Amino acid sequence: MRVVKHPILGDDRRKRDAAIIVDGNRVDAITGEPIAAALMAAGIRKFRVTPRFGSPRGLFCGIGRCIDCVMTVDGQPNVRTCVTPVKDGMIVETQTGLGKWADEP
Amino acid sequence: MNERVQYTGIPSEAELLASPGVPSRQRLEQGPVAFIECVQEIPCNPCEEACPFGAITVGEPITNLPVLNGEKCTGCGMCIAQCPGLAIFKVHLRYKEATSLVEFPYEYCPLPRKGDRVPCGDRKGDYVADGWVVSVKNARGNDGTAVVAVEVPRACCLEVRTICRKEYR
Amino acid sequence: MGGRTVKTTQVAVIGAGPAGLAAAIEVARAGGSVTVIDENAKPGGQLFKQIHKFFGSREHRAGVRGFHIGEQLLVETRELNVEVLLDSPVYALFPDKTVGYIHDGKEVCLKAEKIIIAAGAAENALAFPGSTLPGVMGAGAAQTMINVHRVLPGKRILMIGSGNVGLIVSYQLMQAGADVAALIEAAPQIGGYGVHAAKILRAGVPIHLSHTVKRAMGKDQVESVEMMELDARWQPVAGSEKILAVDTVCIAVGLTPLTELAWLMGCEFAFVPGLGGHVPKHDLNMETTVPGVFVAGDISGVEEASTAMEEGRLAGTACAEGLGLLERERARDLKTVIWERMNALRTGPFGDGRRKAKDHLVGLPVGGYE
Repeated sequence: MRVVKHPILGDDRRKRDAAIIVDGNRVDAITGEPIAAALMAAGIRKFRVTPRFGSPRGLFCGIGRCIDCVMTVDGQPNVRTCVTPVKDGMIVETQTGLGKWADEP
Repeated sequence: MNERVQYTGIPSEAELLASPGVPSRQRLEQGPVAFIECVQEIPCNPCEEACPFGAITVGEPITNLPVLNGEKCTGCGMCIAQCPGLAIFKVHLRYKEATSLVEFPYEYCPLPRKGDRVPCGDRKGDYVADGWVVSVKNARGNDGTAVVAVEVPRACCLEVRTICRKEYR
Repeated sequence: MGGRTVKTTQVAVIGAGPAGLAAAIEVARAGGSVTVIDENAKPGGQLFKQIHKFFGSREHRAGVRGFHIGEQLLVETRELNVEVLLDSPVYALFPDKTVGYIHDGKEVCLKAEKIIIAAGAAENALAFPGSTLPGVMGAGAAQTMINVHRVLPGKRILMIGSGNVGLIVSYQLMQAGADVAALIEAAPQIGGYGVHAAKILRAGVPIHLSHTVKRAMGKDQVESVEMMELDARWQPVAGSEKILAVDTVCIAVGLTPLTELAWLMGCEFAFVPGLGGHVPKHDLNMETTVPGVFVAGDISGVEEASTAMEEGRLAGTACAEGLGLLERERARDLKTVIWERMNALRTGPFGDGRRKAKDHLVGLPVGGYE
């Protein structure tokens, strides 16, 4: 959910000028915002599942250090979504385990 | 049960009575006055400069508690929005026949409007009584800290410190 | 280092947060060449998520909101033509004061005469069953989401930790439109300022002292939390468990200095719990045990942005002095003013502990790891 009205920061007038594809579904986003922000705005909080136990993970530190929020982006696995800016047309996939490169069998 | 602020988050009655920023009962009877609920020695002094009448003194070191001079305070309320801790209020005990005016900082959406009837809450956020919004000041210099004045039944003017968020969203 | 681009500067500052920018401004003001390097896409570190008014006095910019102070720092940085390299993670420091960083997929080496490390700190985690579920996150992460990216991380929140971060972020989550169901604190008293606690209490948020989280529950994300009371010996009180329906748990249990680069440089360290753990030993000029290598801000002990900026100014001034850009007397005058301002922030019941910890750190003998 986006914070549109804010008593200190005022109204958020940014336009959702980009769209990313998340696991095949279109998600409206704002160019330059972290991928994680666009996902959370759309109510998506599960970003990957762990290799051994398959347990779900999502955003934790939000500053690029804990790497809990990594996903596969445009075919590249382990991209930190909390610090990687949205570009229009990005393909974002929930990552399983360590992920696979696009050209990996 | 320890009632001090570090156990409750709310200054106890004893702490407020002992605080140099809280006006005396006698001063409250005389007219509108600032009510500074700052009872811990933190390094902070913008209230001192905020007062155009020199009624608030912090001095050195800046961890001193603010001292209110009830004679100099005119109850203008200029200090309310300047306190980074949102700990300054204004009380006008004898505002009208049976009501008092309480002014407090408010930094939430939606902001009430003059004339609105709002649920008023105490320091714990619990509902106390309905009040009528007399003014909402949100000057640019306040940088987002609106100052809301509500008219409330006199009996609860030392309890009411906010709009009750549980009921007003 | 063949094949890598090599640049030179007088002072390399690592980290473009409040400490790093303040340091760079002082070097530039004294006429030195300075390059700030930061891994993030934007400068300012964590200042831009701090939308509350700061404490202190006029000289500390009290009463001004953190993000406005950040904007001001950026203006000064631009006016002084300070070079700020963004998207540039530093991966190595070499003994000859060469800084290795990566930009745009390429390695670059920056040869400096002095280095100021202002890498900041990271939030501590708290492990409990379910703490890895999506919806459990650092309070700072939630604060970044609401105040910088303007996205709510959840609708109903449990905050863990009653230090100023836990109190302030609870307040700001409500300003952003979320509900804070409760704040819990394992200690028997509130850690942060009473005025910050008063703000969230007025908004109807209960603060439960001597309480901790037992587990977070949910399938793919947090759906509820079980909390419990702790006795005087910090042991769970049987039968005190209570279930709270929340979709988000924010953890605000302190920060740890990000010291990797100082370790890499061979700085001596001391373990000072009151400053967040292992911190590089340093003197009053913020210089570490490695001559010419300085630290400033949270890396030298976790405090607030106001103190971080003062430490940055101190390190920057000392560097300028060391480079011969400031005469000794002039430098001493400048530093005295900064020390006084800094000490003013380290007074009172909340600041005394940090001041003592800092005095202890500065007074430690050099010559080994403590």
